[in-house]
Amino acid sequence: MSILTGADIADELLTKSTVTLPLIAMASVLALLFSIPLGMYAALRFRRWDGIATSAVSQLGIAVPTFWVGVILITIFSVGFQVLPAGGFPDEGWSSWASCVKSLALPAITLALAQGAMLMRFARSATIDVIQQDYFRTARATGLTRGQALRIHGVRNALVPVVSVLGMQISTLIVGAIIVESVFALPGIGQMLLQDVSIRDYTKVQGTVAVTTASVFLVSFLIDVALNTLNPKLRQRQ
Amino acid sequence: MTRNRTLNIGLGLVAFSPFMALLSLVWTPYDPLEINPDVSLAKPSLSHLLGTDVLGRDVLSNIIVGSRTTLLTAFLAVLICMVVGVIAGIGTAVSPRWMETPAIFGIDIILALPTVLFAIVLAAVYGPSTFTAVVAIGIALSAAVAQVTRREVNVILSTDYVVAAHASGSSTGRIVRRHILPNIRASLFVQASGASAIAILAESTLSYLGLGTTPPAPSWGRMLAASQQYLIIDPIVALWPGLVIVITVLGFNLVGDGLREALDPTLRKSAS
Repeated sequence: MSILTGADIADELLTKSTVTLPLIAMASVLALLFSIPLGMYAALRFRRWDGIATSAVSQLGIAVPTFWVGVILITIFSVGFQVLPAGGFPDEGWSSWASCVKSLALPAITLALAQGAMLMRFARSATIDVIQQDYFRTARATGLTRGQALRIHGVRNALVPVVSVLGMQISTLIVGAIIVESVFALPGIGQMLLQDVSIRDYTKVQGTVAVTTASVFLVSFLIDVALNTLNPKLRQRQ
Repeated sequence: MTRNRTLNIGLGLVAFSPFMALLSLVWTPYDPLEINPDVSLAKPSLSHLLGTDVLGRDVLSNIIVGSRTTLLTAFLAVLICMVVGVIAGIGTAVSPRWMETPAIFGIDIILALPTVLFAIVLAAVYGPSTFTAVVAIGIALSAAVAQVTRREVNVILSTDYVVAAHASGSSTGRIVRRHILPNIRASLFVQASGASAIAILAESTLSYLGLGTTPPAPSWGRMLAASQQYLIIDPIVALWPGLVIVITVLGFNLVGDGLREALDPTLRKSAS
């Protein structure tokens, strides 16, 4: 129970999570979708200019503060082209799902860019690792092209470090969600937390932080399980 | 080492902020806090090179003075995280086993707690200030430093020369001083530069959220937050503080990568 409003904290967390969870999910999917192919591309061409340019972009992406990306995207898509809303979330919630997706589009892209840049670096170094392995050379020797060899033998091996990084990044993803929610004025868990901090609603802050941290633990555990199924080597070791 | 392009570019970018911080001590184009409603949200011009904000304060002057906050935060946070992290890392590696397990558990818990979330909690309890931000960032980062340090120290502890030193009667303290510290020094520099980048990003994020540096001290993160309200009228004001953050953070990241390359010959041959 909140000491200030008397509202049930669990209830409120549930309502707010209908904004935060889809945001995190959309961002993760987007980040994976662009970071893995781009990272592999940068790895395959790591001595050519386009490979170097791709990894330079990811280097830049890591250095850019999330909230600045948000502000720039608002400037381009909301102020400039006026195609997507600059912030806010429909009051009626997911019953009007189209406008919900629309208002989560820019926030999710913002979050995905920040996360994806990091994932891309790991995808790149993991792929470079794979390319230099003996089994990859053997696969090439049997007549497969680089792309084919990568698809059949490389992806699974390169994914292992990427997935484990994804697990470690869950905590940054949640922090990112707090920031992004505040940039785009989304009524999610992050914004609620910031408001509670400013009005010093300690019990609510405690509850929110406890639930968030617990979910970080839970997700990293699930990722560990996923890693085990992805990597037979780990399974045997135990 | 001088031929290392990554390192040189990184050092060049990093040098930018100390230069501005030093410059701010002797000269700024305007008083960064001087309010002048006549030139509110002025476009970049010869009199105001980067324009002015909504209160007519010169943006360039604020960015120059803001570099002090950024550098101070980064320096103090990195100091805290390196001192705490290295002591914890070496401590857990050389301590007896019954102490090791709970210590590692503690490090793991701090690792799982996101930096900014931790800072938010501290700000909730002690009120937002540069100091709480620095302490929060420092402690949160120290867990990662401790983990890496511990791993490296464990490798060194199993080498023949440490075993020999042990056999010839060296105390643990002496082994740490003579054999461990010199051997992990290189990796500590890499970690410190990586930590600086994260610290600067975290500080600007906290200031943006209103939980870091408090007004009137200029801070890049808060400048961005303020400019966001006037995006429709003047989007360019939001550009500058973001740009200097990117330059500084990118610089520290490149310095870290460059150092790693320079110190680890195997990396130079293969990838990066």
